[in-house]
Amino acid sequence: MEYNIPAFLPFFVGAIVALLIPMRYRYILALIPAVSGGLLFFSTGVTEFSVQTLGLTLKLVQVDKLSLLFAYLFHIACFLCLIYAMHLKDRVQFVSGLAYAGSAVGAVFAGDFLTLFVFWELLALTSAFLVFARRTKAAEKAGIRYLMIQILSGIALLIAAIMHYHKTGSLDIQQIGLSDTVSYLFLFAFGVKAAFPFLHTWLTDAYPEATPVGTVFLSAFTTKVAIYMLARTFQGEEALVYIGAAMTCFPIFYAVIENDLRKVLAYSLINQLGFMVCGIGIGTALALNGAVAHAFNDVIFKGLLFMTMGAVLTRVGHVKGSDLGGLHKTMPKTTIFCIVGAASISAFPLFSGFISKSMVMAAMIEAGHEYLWLMLLFASAGVFHHAGIKIPFFAFFAHDSGLRPKEAPTNMLIAMGLASSLCILIGCYPEFVYSLLPWENDYQPYDVTHTLTQLQILFFSALAFVWLNKQGLYPPELKSVNLDVEFIYRKVVPGMARRVSSGLGVLRDSSYNLALSLGSLLPQRGRDTDANAATLTLRMVIGFVVLAAIALVTEFA
Amino acid sequence: MQNDKHANPTGKHAQDESFFDKEKNVNLILYVFYALCAILVILDFVVHRHIYVYFEELPTFYALYGFVACVVLVVLAKLMRLVLMRDEDYYDDRLDEQDTSLTSEQGDQ
Repeated sequence: MEYNIPAFLPFFVGAIVALLIPMRYRYILALIPAVSGGLLFFSTGVTEFSVQTLGLTLKLVQVDKLSLLFAYLFHIACFLCLIYAMHLKDRVQFVSGLAYAGSAVGAVFAGDFLTLFVFWELLALTSAFLVFARRTKAAEKAGIRYLMIQILSGIALLIAAIMHYHKTGSLDIQQIGLSDTVSYLFLFAFGVKAAFPFLHTWLTDAYPEATPVGTVFLSAFTTKVAIYMLARTFQGEEALVYIGAAMTCFPIFYAVIENDLRKVLAYSLINQLGFMVCGIGIGTALALNGAVAHAFNDVIFKGLLFMTMGAVLTRVGHVKGSDLGGLHKTMPKTTIFCIVGAASISAFPLFSGFISKSMVMAAMIEAGHEYLWLMLLFASAGVFHHAGIKIPFFAFFAHDSGLRPKEAPTNMLIAMGLASSLCILIGCYPEFVYSLLPWENDYQPYDVTHTLTQLQILFFSALAFVWLNKQGLYPPELKSVNLDVEFIYRKVVPGMARRVSSGLGVLRDSSYNLALSLGSLLPQRGRDTDANAATLTLRMVIGFVVLAAIALVTEFA
Repeated sequence: MQNDKHANPTGKHAQDESFFDKEKNVNLILYVFYALCAILVILDFVVHRHIYVYFEELPTFYALYGFVACVVLVVLAKLMRLVLMRDEDYYDDRLDEQDTSLTSEQGDQ
């Protein structure tokens, strides 16, 4: 049987349904990604769609193994997110969540840059409501900043697409490669959404401000669409290896000292994206497979970690490491799911991260980047340190905070349970993901060397944590924010604008005063006619002198 | 503590003391952990692992690197705090945070 509707359509229909139905029937919404995803997976083929308009051929749906892999992934992610959201009666989140997932599916099936642009902007618009739905002042402001940066990325994409069309006469999405201005503009557009260094602050700014459900949605789609586009258009681009290596390393420092545990996860999301960007930059079949397999696993385990922190946020009202601790007593199931997520992101053998991260690492060595490989190894140890230990330890163990929240709602537990099962299933049977990979693959993750070295890295990172804690060297969780690049547009630029505007005010006032005092210099008319004649003469003399001075200046200028 | 309604109102947790509250149990877990670390180091000398990069020739390279990397990471991060750390409401005041996040999220009964 052929799957012969555009795959994004069911999601947008679902969003409209969610808008109209009474909220007590919200359970049927979860069927949309489940049924559509099932049909997509088991169909014999997927119909391609294209539209002729204004002399352009728009390829609405174009299918190959790479886009299918991401489409399956987005269906799974949307299904898990919807189950996780079922305790809510908040219509905004269901509508925007479904439309957001639909835009992501539309973007990965887009065959030309104009179609991509439409879905690219829809991703931004629909997801912003998941931030606004938190309904706090901070979330509202963060949502607007998020939207502005995302729209900027879309505009860059549109300009790049138009320039590309002028140059090549085609809008088809294909390998670009860094060469000229257009390609740098494309890289900028994708780089914003992929959270490249210095362009990453929208992510760490908005994700911790979104609703518990919203952050789980957000972590799955936007950045992975960007990774997908980079894999399509910039594969094998040397610069990406360096950008990716930087992305793996710098966020872990922030993650160690960050207090908001969902912000810790946001930083570690950038770190994981770094591994994918590295893989795309290397560009061999092994590296590309590793990058997309890691994207697949990351959506599930990072989603799982955001789910556990969302459960804590729902029950406690905040996720500040400084005020949490001892939650395992009343939230034991959430604790176990969090540990599974932590083990997966840290790439423990038998968990999903291991089978994909090791592919990128192996490809890095094969490509001869030994020092960058050391950076990735550093990042692997670091990710275990902050996401693998810090998150579960400070939330669920550490000192007893005295908080005794209820266990997470049942629907959340089901979603976390499904995600955990997937993490373990993929870790134990890598073939599950490997069979979907677009490029030739014969990688074997489980050999003695890999397993032993990975265990050594992880255990001794943990030993460092234990030792630092016992010595009292480990930085305590403190209520604080840490300055990042966002400092520039949240403090420096507004401060400068204030100074400029107050400077302009001073300039206006002083020039007004100057004019007044110059005016008072003019001789006043007296009462009698003689004096009148004298002042008029004096005024004419002054006027003449001024004119002569101007003439003199213009003559020599 | 702004969330007292979630905390145990009596303030006594003697009866819900868990496995991890007893120092004896924590120490037991740590001893098992140390033993596993030791085994991993010994295995490094017993098992022949493939060498891909010349750094790896150093015995127990991965164990040393993992330990040193984490210590360096934490020390540098602590130094970063000196420069980058600001008060919690440096950017936004967050007075409305608690109530709204609870009322809008607690859909289940």
